[in-house]
Amino acid sequence: MNAYQEFKTIGSRPVRPDGLDKVTGRARYGADLNMQGQLYGHVVRSPHAHAIIESIDCSKALAMEGVLAVMTGDDLVKPGDEMLGSGEGAMALKDFVPMVMSQGKVLFHSQAVAAIAATSPELAAEAARAVEVTYEVLPAVTDVHKALAADAPILHHDRFPDDYPEEPTNLATHISLTVGNPDAAFERADVIVEQTYSVPMCHQGYIEPHACVARVDTTGRTDLWCCTQGHFAVRHFTSAATGIDLGKIKVTPSEIGGGFGGKTTVYIEPLAVVLAQKAGRPVKMVMDRGDVFRATGAAPGAETRVKLGATRDGKLVAVDVDCLMDSGAYNGAPAAFPAYMATACYKFTDARSTGRSVYTNKPKIHAYRAPSIPQVTLGFELAITELAAKLGIDPIEFRLMNAVEEGDANMMGAPYKRIGLRECLEVARNHEHYKSPLSEGVGRGVAMGYWINAGMQSSATLNVSSDGHVAVLTGSPDIGGSRASMALMAAEVLGIPFDHVHPEVAPTDSVGHTDVTGGSRTTLATGEAVIRAAESCVAELCRRAAAEWGVEAGVVAWSQGAAHYGEHSLTFHELASRAGNMGGPLTFSSSLNSTSAAPGFAVHICDAEVDKETGRTTIVRYTAIQDAGKAIHPDYVEGQMQGGAVQGIGWALNEEYLYNADGVLQNPGFLDYRIPVASDLPYIDTVIVEVPNPLHPFGVKGVGEVPIVPPMPAIAEAVCQSTGVRFRDLPLNPPKIMAELVDL
Amino acid sequence: MNKPLNKMAVQATINGERTAFLCSPGQVLADVLRDELELIGTKIGCNTGDCGACSVLVDNRLVCACLVLAAEVEGKSVQTVEGIANGGELHPVQQKLLEHGGLQCGICTPGVVVAAKALLEHNPDPTEEQARYWLAGNLCRCTGYDKIIRAVLDAAKTMRGEAA
Repeated sequence: MNAYQEFKTIGSRPVRPDGLDKVTGRARYGADLNMQGQLYGHVVRSPHAHAIIESIDCSKALAMEGVLAVMTGDDLVKPGDEMLGSGEGAMALKDFVPMVMSQGKVLFHSQAVAAIAATSPELAAEAARAVEVTYEVLPAVTDVHKALAADAPILHHDRFPDDYPEEPTNLATHISLTVGNPDAAFERADVIVEQTYSVPMCHQGYIEPHACVARVDTTGRTDLWCCTQGHFAVRHFTSAATGIDLGKIKVTPSEIGGGFGGKTTVYIEPLAVVLAQKAGRPVKMVMDRGDVFRATGAAPGAETRVKLGATRDGKLVAVDVDCLMDSGAYNGAPAAFPAYMATACYKFTDARSTGRSVYTNKPKIHAYRAPSIPQVTLGFELAITELAAKLGIDPIEFRLMNAVEEGDANMMGAPYKRIGLRECLEVARNHEHYKSPLSEGVGRGVAMGYWINAGMQSSATLNVSSDGHVAVLTGSPDIGGSRASMALMAAEVLGIPFDHVHPEVAPTDSVGHTDVTGGSRTTLATGEAVIRAAESCVAELCRRAAAEWGVEAGVVAWSQGAAHYGEHSLTFHELASRAGNMGGPLTFSSSLNSTSAAPGFAVHICDAEVDKETGRTTIVRYTAIQDAGKAIHPDYVEGQMQGGAVQGIGWALNEEYLYNADGVLQNPGFLDYRIPVASDLPYIDTVIVEVPNPLHPFGVKGVGEVPIVPPMPAIAEAVCQSTGVRFRDLPLNPPKIMAELVDL
Repeated sequence: MNKPLNKMAVQATINGERTAFLCSPGQVLADVLRDELELIGTKIGCNTGDCGACSVLVDNRLVCACLVLAAEVEGKSVQTVEGIANGGELHPVQQKLLEHGGLQCGICTPGVVVAAKALLEHNPDPTEEQARYWLAGNLCRCTGYDKIIRAVLDAAKTMRGEAA
């Protein structure tokens, strides 16, 4: 169990170490670094969603004054079947390299086909227009049902999923899991709900476009600066795409202006590196907003059929869920996630869970906060709510009657350890929000959600200065305040003030391998590395104190930032200042592959009012409740809960990719792809529940992703209660709502 | 193909300092601030005036620097996020954003700081709704705006001399 029973530092809310630079404009993001003598890269993108490239002629562009390099897909590695990356960012090389730049076939509109490096951004853009590409245009398919039809254009003629070995198909993945005998179990059910629900494709919507600067010297040593959720992943992907040795590439992460999963891969970095190598000068590349929408991310749309059966007394006895997802142009939709996790909040004995993903002529989908789970959860949780209503049982009571607890297993088989779902549901049931009366016309919805949460590899190094200050280097880009968490945890173990700890995100050459900031893993796993390194520091300081006092190291105790034995004590500061004479500099590292992850659970309550004349939905009140294990910096735990809830609100009410028949995105900008703005929203109330994770030294559970899981079903139910109409297809924008209200 | 390098000379007061710069006729203020004057605090999220990350004040008027031609600020006063703090002393909006944890990734923060300062100069005692509508042009994808709005209203209180 946890060695730390009472905390002095963690759980407090100090100002984050990187805050001052961010409120004064000094912080450097992806587009904020320039290298001496740099050129500017520009990407030539396909005007067609599906085509075969017949020829690319760059000669006119290359002849222009100030154009120093051009490249095409032939300049990248020819991909095979090997896998790249890990966790949410994992993919096959053949699904990655052509996504970065086409190698003969174009599979989505705005796919990169060539790139230019020139002495100014304007010149690079002009030269890009002079590249002549001839295409054989093929019919495009952007709808998953049409893509599965017998006469559909096939995107990949060389791919045969296991269940369809005879002929090529657009089915990318198909996974089905069964526990018990669900078909027989439905016979025992008194009440059955069977419905289909859908969620549109959307974008992560980070405000900072992708940006990088690359420099390659004549020996192939490469310096790459970019905004990313994982610079070790960038190094890996860039090496795989360019063929440059991994160890010759140094990646320095900039500050990152949002990612939400969308910056766990690379798009422009290998292009900048190839152009820099060809030109012999650094190359800077910045994506424009339209290209971010058209050619990065996005999150898959999904259609989920849910069939649930329960007995009259409220026991869920049979489950059958089938989630059909959009993969985009390459295999990226993690259809396995909904198959494994759709049922994860509920006890069951008989269940079937299926996930399928389908190739379409759209950008290869990528991770977005709890990838695939908000989509399947919309269906599952709304079906649960519909079932509870049929049974005449309060929706929270019904969930409490069937919620998983310690010892229960989900579709992945392993039983849960100590989880906090029931505690969250009890907080919701007893919350003043849930008990408060509703005004006329306002509806209320509740929903819950699960996310697996990752562990994975992390590293940390502590360097102690002679004045007792400590630099903490980690390999985790700080996307939402993780440096504050790292400093709090180091300060807790060492017993020194928070502001004596200086956390840094170190480049690939300066700290051990660290997987991406994703999977809600950073505070858990990188935090664990920081804790272990700090514990090594304490152990060494106790050894040094023991040697000074001529006693066994084992008898020296560390507390209040000092070593103690009997009357003797030596403070952290004293030991730091005398380090040179007591054994040398104090530096400590820890690297681990964390196995301490515990799943995240959340319950959200939403009150919404629909204007019956315009169809506009206003979120009147919103409460997010979540088990954080232990909140290291509560402000940033609340911030994750609020931010995730609001992304869910946007997805529920507005956000949607709109394609025309040719596969061209119709709303590639923040004006037409409308994410929530301040005036759309109320305050998002939060309740942090703390059921400590027994596997983690501080009890931490990942918090970042699960907050986006419950909002869509909670809001859809609130809209139903407000209008009296059951909506099962998102987004619930005014046209969709008015179409139903006018018919009434 | 050889085009003349057509540059204009512009004089303006940038964050209180008389400044001269060269720009091409089509260059927007955001690019000049970032690339010529190294004021990288002005961020570019969209280049179409939809995200507010490049919010600056031109003669005390809140604008998107990506929608203003650099040549238009001739003779005018421009204030960017770098000019909001008074030397080492943060503006209350900056201080309260830090205290409330009103930022996560921080890319929208410079624009929020500039826009919120402008709000409190126009209206020292805004309601929550007024603050939300004033800041509706500043997109934030991380925070859900909760802690931003709380920070701005708290800063207003501080500036009015009321206890927090």
